[in-house]
Amino acid sequence: MSSPAEQAQIAQSVRNGWLLSTPALIVLAFASLGPLIIVIVYSFLAPGKYGNVEWAFSLSGWRGIIYTKDIFSDEYVLADAHLAIFWRSIKLSFLTTLTTFAVGFPTAWFIATRAPKARAMWLFLITIPFWTNLLIRTYAINEVIRNEGLMNTVLLKLGLITQPIVIIYTDIAVFIGMTYVYLPLMVLPLFAAIDRFDMKLLEAGYDLYASRWQVLRRVILPIVKPGIIAGSILVFVPSLGAYVTPRVLGGGKQMMIGNLIDLQFGQGRNWPLGAALSMTLLMIVTIALLIYVRYANKETGGHG
Amino acid sequence: MNEKAANEKAVIQKNAIEARNIVKTFGVGQAAARALDDVTVEIRQGEFFTLLGPSGCGKTTLLRLIAGFEMPTEGTILLDGQDITYLPPNKRPVNTVFQSYALFPHLTVAQNVGFGLEMQGRPKAEVNDTVARMLALVKLEPLAHRKTNQLSGGQQQRVALARALAPSPKVLLLDEPLSALDLKLRKEMQIELKRLQVETGITFVFVTHDQEEALTMSDRVGVMSQGKLQQVGSPKDIYTKPVNRFVASFIGETNFIAARAEAGKVHLATGDTIDIAGLSAGGNVTVTIRPEQLRLVDKTETGAMRATVKSLVYFGTDTHCYLSLTDGSEVVARLQSPASGDAGLTPGQSVGLRAVPGAAQIVLD
Repeated sequence: MSSPAEQAQIAQSVRNGWLLSTPALIVLAFASLGPLIIVIVYSFLAPGKYGNVEWAFSLSGWRGIIYTKDIFSDEYVLADAHLAIFWRSIKLSFLTTLTTFAVGFPTAWFIATRAPKARAMWLFLITIPFWTNLLIRTYAINEVIRNEGLMNTVLLKLGLITQPIVIIYTDIAVFIGMTYVYLPLMVLPLFAAIDRFDMKLLEAGYDLYASRWQVLRRVILPIVKPGIIAGSILVFVPSLGAYVTPRVLGGGKQMMIGNLIDLQFGQGRNWPLGAALSMTLLMIVTIALLIYVRYANKETGGHG
Repeated sequence: MNEKAANEKAVIQKNAIEARNIVKTFGVGQAAARALDDVTVEIRQGEFFTLLGPSGCGKTTLLRLIAGFEMPTEGTILLDGQDITYLPPNKRPVNTVFQSYALFPHLTVAQNVGFGLEMQGRPKAEVNDTVARMLALVKLEPLAHRKTNQLSGGQQQRVALARALAPSPKVLLLDEPLSALDLKLRKEMQIELKRLQVETGITFVFVTHDQEEALTMSDRVGVMSQGKLQQVGSPKDIYTKPVNRFVASFIGETNFIAARAEAGKVHLATGDTIDIAGLSAGGNVTVTIRPEQLRLVDKTETGAMRATVKSLVYFGTDTHCYLSLTDGSEVVARLQSPASGDAGLTPGQSVGLRAVPGAAQIVLD
């Protein structure tokens, strides 16, 4: 049992702890909670005529996610355009996550199994794209895949095709762009996990009659799973809210949630709807993460 | 019973592993290093065979070739008479206990032990049965559902053993499995390993650099150095009849004395002579005598070498007595300590020195 003096000392150190973390808490409150509260509040207000909001309670923003006012009959009809955009966002983000994993895993494995010196060089190469602005990298992809771009020019000159392959301004273009942009975010956590992986376990697996495929499925994947989860989250979450890539490569036609939100705050002049859409995006991400983490834990038997 | 004994006898004569003219080089061109240099060895069915040698002698490479993790540059490996030289590890009925254990961290103890059986596609009931039997064999039943990182080093060692034994391999390979354990645990595991080998009747190929481990556990020992097999024999053979200087010095302590062999007698530089049974060599030879085979006698005794006591080191059960011969060469004698602990010797004292008959050997350099 601790004496009263000791208890007082503990209480004092707890008070000091809070006092010392006050600056961080203030920053957190202003930078994180503050904007979030503003967005929540705005989503429950009426839209102003020239953007901004009118300070009157309204559910029109939230209703606008699913229903839209028909311009002719003034009746509320299902906003199928919004739902299509949601579906496209989820679908493309999911595909991007899968593809970055399929490409990133062998890449990360390759790097992790190099000699230490070569490994540093490969990791360095992986991070080089981060030095360039996202917009410029996306335009570079545009330059490769557009109708008169590098890919089509080469294929046409080689006579492999007679018509340019139309990829630009389609879902495929957005998907290619996002896979390229988010690949390093998958490779780096996978590398960290594979780097910690004890290569002796491969020999143990082979020795115990497992085929290469069984070693991959029963030994490697379960052990590097934390890296797979981290990489998937790092790719899926920003994919879902992607703005620049679908804008440049989707040409404004193949919108994703990020573009839709931008539209409401800009030309659409419907801030409450934009705010409600933002909150919806946040909820989708949260739910996706909860499902993912729960599923991931179940597989390993509940222990972290 | 008689029939079974007869069968066992017949089985023992057969070879579990035969390695023929194995050469293994790493690297290419000028940088190529010969890890194994024309090694030929036969390991009999049901025996505890130890590969003993200093680190870098090629013993682990030989083990990895038998396991299938590496392929030899030249030569063939037979298992039960069948060529397995280029068979992948998952196709060989051979299992390994790794130096670092290499237990699967995401699986429980029972799942680790059952892994090999599951990969072989055995029915679930059989897997569970065998796992229970193996856990009983290594006395780990209470820990069946623990994760392996919650176990002590000794317990992990037992899991690794049970995991490798569960698929009842034809040969069990053990790569310095005791080197990570502390001394007391190591002694326990030595006895345990020997017990498991006798109980399961599986051929064990054990790699170690610890000569005491090799002597106490093995049926036969292969001593390796610089990629070559120096000598194969029972522990007694290699200790009492080492073929060369390396084997004599690597296994136990010994004295080397330069001498000349002439007319069936060995003449030391001091002018003393030593009798060696069946002496055939002539010219300059090296004589080896184990320290415990030297006796201190009265300096006036005829035929005894004359020596001077340099120093004494007390080891409890025995006392090491460092002596110099009349030509200045140094030898050590291991004397059993008397009840009082005092060997009754003082440095500088002149004594007579005599080798136990038959103890002196001639070794190749």
